[in-house]
Amino acid sequence: MASLAAPEDRPGAPSGHRPLNALSLQDASVRLGGRPILTAVNLEVSQGEFIAVLGPNGAGKSTLMRAILGLVPLAAGSVRVLGRPPVQARPLIGYLPQRHGFDRAVRIRGLDLVRLGLDGTRWGVPLAITPSARTRRRAERQRIADMIALVGAESYAHRPVGELSGGEQQRLLIAQALVRRPRILILDEPLDGLDLPNQTSVAALLRRIASSEEVSVLLVAHDVNPLLEYLDRVIYLASGRALTGPVQAVITAPTLSELYGAQIEVLKTGDGRLVVVGAPEAPHHHGTRHPEP
Amino acid sequence: MINPSFSPDLLYDLRQLFSFPFMVNALEAGTIVAVLAAVVGWYMVLRRQAFAGHTLAVMSFPGATGAALAGLPGVLGYYLACVGAALAMRGSRRGTGSRVTETATIGTVQAVGLAAGFLFLSLNQNVLGGPETLLFGTFLGVTQGQVLSLLGVALAAVIGLAVASRPLLLASVDPELAEARGVAVSWLDLGFLLLLGLAVAATSQITGALLVFALLVAPPATAQLITLRPWLGMALSVVFGLVIVWLGLAAAYFSPYPVGFFITTFAFALYVLVAVWRWVRS
Amino acid sequence: MFAHDFVRNAYLAGTFVALACGTAGWLVVLRAQVFAGDALSHVAFVGAIAAALIGVAEPLGLLVATLVVAAGMAGLGQRGAADDTSIGITFAWILGIGILLITLLARSTAGGSGIAATNALFGSIYSLGAQDTILAVVACGVVAVLVLVSFRPLLLASLDSQMALARGVRVRLLGVGFLLALGVITAESTQAVGALLLLGLLAAPAGAAHQLTARPYVGLALSAGLAVGAMWAGLALSYQIPSLPPSSAIIGLAAAAYGLAALARRFRWRAAPRSG
Repeated sequence: MASLAAPEDRPGAPSGHRPLNALSLQDASVRLGGRPILTAVNLEVSQGEFIAVLGPNGAGKSTLMRAILGLVPLAAGSVRVLGRPPVQARPLIGYLPQRHGFDRAVRIRGLDLVRLGLDGTRWGVPLAITPSARTRRRAERQRIADMIALVGAESYAHRPVGELSGGEQQRLLIAQALVRRPRILILDEPLDGLDLPNQTSVAALLRRIASSEEVSVLLVAHDVNPLLEYLDRVIYLASGRALTGPVQAVITAPTLSELYGAQIEVLKTGDGRLVVVGAPEAPHHHGTRHPEP
Repeated sequence: MINPSFSPDLLYDLRQLFSFPFMVNALEAGTIVAVLAAVVGWYMVLRRQAFAGHTLAVMSFPGATGAALAGLPGVLGYYLACVGAALAMRGSRRGTGSRVTETATIGTVQAVGLAAGFLFLSLNQNVLGGPETLLFGTFLGVTQGQVLSLLGVALAAVIGLAVASRPLLLASVDPELAEARGVAVSWLDLGFLLLLGLAVAATSQITGALLVFALLVAPPATAQLITLRPWLGMALSVVFGLVIVWLGLAAAYFSPYPVGFFITTFAFALYVLVAVWRWVRS
Repeated sequence: MFAHDFVRNAYLAGTFVALACGTAGWLVVLRAQVFAGDALSHVAFVGAIAAALIGVAEPLGLLVATLVVAAGMAGLGQRGAADDTSIGITFAWILGIGILLITLLARSTAGGSGIAATNALFGSIYSLGAQDTILAVVACGVVAVLVLVSFRPLLLASLDSQMALARGVRVRLLGVGFLLALGVITAESTQAVGALLLLGLLAAPAGAAHQLTARPYVGLALSAGLAVGAMWAGLALSYQIPSLPPSSAIIGLAAAAYGLAALARRFRWRAAPRSG
């Protein structure tokens, strides 16, 4: 399987002294319902990288994310998050699942939504009586305020979530995921349903967060174009296999054609947008199609 | 029945109010009901399950008539009917085409409950008070024993809600994240519906089915008009509930009209007042 | 059985009420407005009591009350629909008024109130006079026809209000009109099955239809058919078993249909292998 990873990340390359990789997948395979979804995926993600996960519907993007989160078991290979197995590393991963959007009538403030990211899973009465509890409560409140400031949502964090625009909601959800100090942020199609200016501004925000907070960001997306100028690398999934590398190296006709096993063309429009043509949208069943010779 | 009259001296009126044991019991029961309904109702309004709440409240009708028919104690009938309905409604909450299926199921469950209740009633006319009392209730004739058992249920419910407060809040407003974080959302959904059913079963023995619903909806909805903060909202909800119940009981004591009318009217009036005040301010 | 006047009246009025409920009910369920229908039926009950108190003909009181509240609810919402909480609050208040009226009625006509209240709550289809029957047939027939005629724009407005607006459909107007039609159906059906059980005729046959098929016209026909079937079978059953009230029989059958439909759907999913 072709790998266009940076030279120092290729398996077998001399390791030497370098910080622990945020994410490390080695020959990871996943089977669901007897069908192979991911086959021998190799991936190394350094801390602070901003990576888009691309590919047609049904290619296994969400499955890959779930495997990293430990929600789906591996049939073969390994996944390591900061050197640890996924289940152990859960507190280190901030996850934004796909949401249906908040109903207009949901009466809760953005601020409370972010706070729920911190303590929404804690059972027990939320009373801070002892001094240490009070200090922790104060620190938490500060953290929440800091994250809301980081995403630029101060002006509308006190309004009901249901009244906010898609872009504003998305920023609050990012703050919600960041509030527990994750080392990795995984976002499952956060740009869906946002208009182009909002897509680019959220992408820019994620770029800033990746650099300033040293958080690795993995973003599942359908369209790479709003993200082009902010990404470090892309992961392209098709037919259960993955290809990773810089955008210009991965999204080319020969690379993608080899990945899909079909004739793919990559067109570049006048304003620099990339269009992938010929990619089948439906899930590809092995054995029912013969690759072109 | 003595015909008390409202005098300009408030202290004298209050002493009159407290002079009868039945009135004291009614006030105690009313206080407990107000607090329980305000807290449970706050979540109910947040989760927009008022329809389910109303349906559960209505289940006390077949519960009481069915128990009378079967020769079982009325209390058992109330609990069985409410719990049964909660389970029947649970079957559709997070299903496909959820909102559509959910409301159709709730409506059907309610209709079946009422149809069954009517059937039981016509088979056995021997129910205390008749359909109106079952539905609209009466605060008179509350015994100390009833007050104590009500207190028990209320404490259990409020403590349960306090312990589960944050996971339930998360599951109510952001179920997708809750699932991703390992919160058992469907169990919480079922648990809440059962809690609602139990709370309704306990209170409607005293307040009647329809009155419980007014106390479950109005104080929390009014509170949520004023503030979006969870804890402040719940506290306000309790305050409103208490005010409504106390004023309602006092008004019913001094006038010939039924308690239910006063409580529902005050509840509605408070909501309208706050809604208008908000509209004027914006 | 059909030799008797009261039986013929019952079947005649009942068929038209069931038709109207089944047809409108399919849309009510789709628009998730079952709670609004519930509220309207309770309002109808209060209107009947008020009419009895004032001494006005019961159908008139019902009609006025339901139309007023329907218009109010429609005004509170965006596409002519109110939300869960506001319906709940209005509902609770209306019932409070109902309590008051019942008390007043009990004092003015000692003894008569219980029967009036019970009738308004649970219906008395086997005691309809000729006039009431004709009124029910005409009102429900007209409403059913209106709903059928405006079905396509109503469907579009219910499924995708944004697109409907873009195509020039008067979404809000339709929403208000729909609730008003619902009010009329409610007022008339209260005579037959009673205010509280009207809900069952609106929800259960339509619910069953929605479980069985997603196709609009098939669903509509199925819903109406199930409603009428439950009505006929329920009336016959109740006639044979005098201790079984007609409203209980009808609702019981309609609910059974819903239960069976839900089960059938679950088994169909388990039987067929999941594709994709």
